[in-house]
Amino acid sequence: MNAELLSVYITAIVLVATAGLYYLLVTTNLIRAVIGLELVTKAVTVGLVLAGKLTGNTGLTQTLVITLIVVEVVVMVVAVGLILLGHKHTNGVDVRQLRNIKG
Amino acid sequence: MSDLLENHIVDVIVLGTLVLSAVWAVLSPRLLRAVIGLAVASCCVTIALFRLDSPLAGVFELSVCAGLISAVFISTISLSQLETEESIAGASKERIRRYWYLPPLLVLVGIAVFQIRLVDFPEVARVGKDVRQVLWTERHLDLLGQVTVLLAGAFGVVVLFKENKKHER
Amino acid sequence: MLALLVLGPIAALLLLNLPWRNVPRWALNASVLSLAFAELFVAVSLPALLSGAGLPLLDQLHFGLVADDLTRIMLAAIGLVLGAATLVGQDSISGDRKHRLFCSLLLVSLTGMNATVLLSDFFSMYVFLEVTAVASFILIAQDRALLAIEGAFRYLILSAVAAVFMLAACGLLVLSAGGTSFDAVRAALSSGTEHGVLARVALGVFVLGMFIKGGVVPFHGWLPGAYGSAPSAVSVLLSGIVTKVSGIYALVRIVHSVYVPDAKLSMVLLVLGTVSILVGAIAALGQTDMKRMLAYSSISQVGYIVLALGAGGELGVVAASFHLFNHAIFKSLLFVVAAAIESRAGTSELSRLGGIGGKMPVTGATATLGMLSAAGIPPFAGFFSKLLIIVALFKSDHTYFAVVAVLASLLTLGYFLSMQRQAFFGKPAEGLEDVTEATSGFLVPALVLATITVFAGVLFPFLLDSSFSFLLLSKSLPW
Repeated sequence: MNAELLSVYITAIVLVATAGLYYLLVTTNLIRAVIGLELVTKAVTVGLVLAGKLTGNTGLTQTLVITLIVVEVVVMVVAVGLILLGHKHTNGVDVRQLRNIKG
Repeated sequence: MSDLLENHIVDVIVLGTLVLSAVWAVLSPRLLRAVIGLAVASCCVTIALFRLDSPLAGVFELSVCAGLISAVFISTISLSQLETEESIAGASKERIRRYWYLPPLLVLVGIAVFQIRLVDFPEVARVGKDVRQVLWTERHLDLLGQVTVLLAGAFGVVVLFKENKKHER
Repeated sequence: MLALLVLGPIAALLLLNLPWRNVPRWALNASVLSLAFAELFVAVSLPALLSGAGLPLLDQLHFGLVADDLTRIMLAAIGLVLGAATLVGQDSISGDRKHRLFCSLLLVSLTGMNATVLLSDFFSMYVFLEVTAVASFILIAQDRALLAIEGAFRYLILSAVAAVFMLAACGLLVLSAGGTSFDAVRAALSSGTEHGVLARVALGVFVLGMFIKGGVVPFHGWLPGAYGSAPSAVSVLLSGIVTKVSGIYALVRIVHSVYVPDAKLSMVLLVLGTVSILVGAIAALGQTDMKRMLAYSSISQVGYIVLALGAGGELGVVAASFHLFNHAIFKSLLFVVAAAIESRAGTSELSRLGGIGGKMPVTGATATLGMLSAAGIPPFAGFFSKLLIIVALFKSDHTYFAVVAVLASLLTLGYFLSMQRQAFFGKPAEGLEDVTEATSGFLVPALVLATITVFAGVLFPFLLDSSFSFLLLSKSLPW
């Protein structure tokens, strides 16, 4: 892979990760926080596969990515469950509830 | 630069779309659009994975992330009924104040990272086994981990989603 | 053979959750407790067990599990805290269905933690730490109280960010070491090329993720909320062992088996450790709720462990491991006491708890023992582990840090004395007149843990020669 293409890949990864992290830190809406998290995870996924491609170890990194996707799905489902539960409590939720979390 | 555009135009387009949809997901005021942005980003990631010789991972990413996760998000949003007109209008001024740092930040970071000089990586022959073999013969512990985390998730669904029965015996 | 430690809890989990009509509480408790005992047994007699024949079926599985003396200490701690949490859960969780879910999630945590201390691959560590974390989120939120949900969500977000760091580190490791196993990383680190540098960076990122999970300052924001709002049995589990395994164990394992920190990294560890100690202790002084005070105390004690690792050398690793074990014991003890008090008095606010020591004598006595150990008073175990840490600091010429550590012990003593005075001594506060001693579900673990912390201290001078010399002399002993 030539150096320029590699730069493009790495720039894309860093940008997506930055956007996701920024989102995560700045938002007051719980669902958006999870979206931010998903974005950062995607960036890391691409990063992992890139590392595999560069060293020729595609089998290993694909396995890692598959496992990682399974684990992250479960985490996300639990996050969504928590959000919905919290919503039941406060009914109209997200912004006000998060003030407690960020505080 | 021209070499890049000639030979790797597909990659550049895919990665560009990825970044743009991610930024769109972050900046868009409507939650549903943010989720769609995330789904589009997932598709771009899938294509990128295919281009990086990782088809199996790409398939997983597509079906799980673009499919399942979007479905989960959209059902969450509809279940919690967050998108009312008043809330969108009221939130927009706040949003602009909070989020306007992001595009310039991204441009700066992007330029900074792009300047980093890297070396050419030669095409390396595939090292190690094929992905299916790796998964089934080498990483048994991770497989066990997946099973366990799925079990834990099942319990989570029971604990978090089940309606409270009136009588606890 | 070691695989049984990971497969056992899963098998029990599946068995207990088959569609039986009705699983009686004693069956649930018995299965978790027997696994906890088995764990202790394995911890004590590991070398003998390993030299026996392996099971043929298990040899087909390539789990890559390794065990050495550090593993034994961790297994012992896990078994003890898990047993305590089960007993507390028996008495504090009402509702059979809830109890069944509680025990099932305990088994999931057990699987995750056992695997974490036995494995030899960084990516698998990520997987099983997430397993344990998912179980923790659900456990924290199981009563569906709003505060608990918030605590669980905050923990989730921070834990997921930590996971991303760990994954990024794994990516860097693939790049630099060609794999994520401990062996590959060790090889890359000793090769001395730029691969080694990248591997070092990768380890740093990984440890950063662990610090977030473990509640080291400045990533401790989620900890007091999660510990304080979780149901008591869950707080016992979390504070006693989960945060330690998630956060600090990896650091100890890395320093012990994979990479000895150089001077710069050691300095980072020393500074971070000291900051944690001080922030935790000072914040603890100002708390009004017992569980939150204990949570900040945990942050402080974890700082001691990091400090010990920064001191470096084999003595530092031994001191860190011993303090880790001790903290698991006395912190769980204190949370069991908090749970007992909450079960009887209905609150854990210190201002409303005056004089409870008179009403709950056994609880009060064990609490006093736990606090003395935590504050580092001889002859309890906590004194010896702190002493080891300070000696390690002196030996590696970090006298300034040693002095700070000693002074911080005074702070620790301070907030514990304050807790004692406000909650346990004095006249019984209003509304506490009918409070009686806690039930056996709380007393048994409290007594057992208190006994251990006393004996570990009293016998330590004799034990130092035998068991810990293993740690001093051996590096990692596979199989």
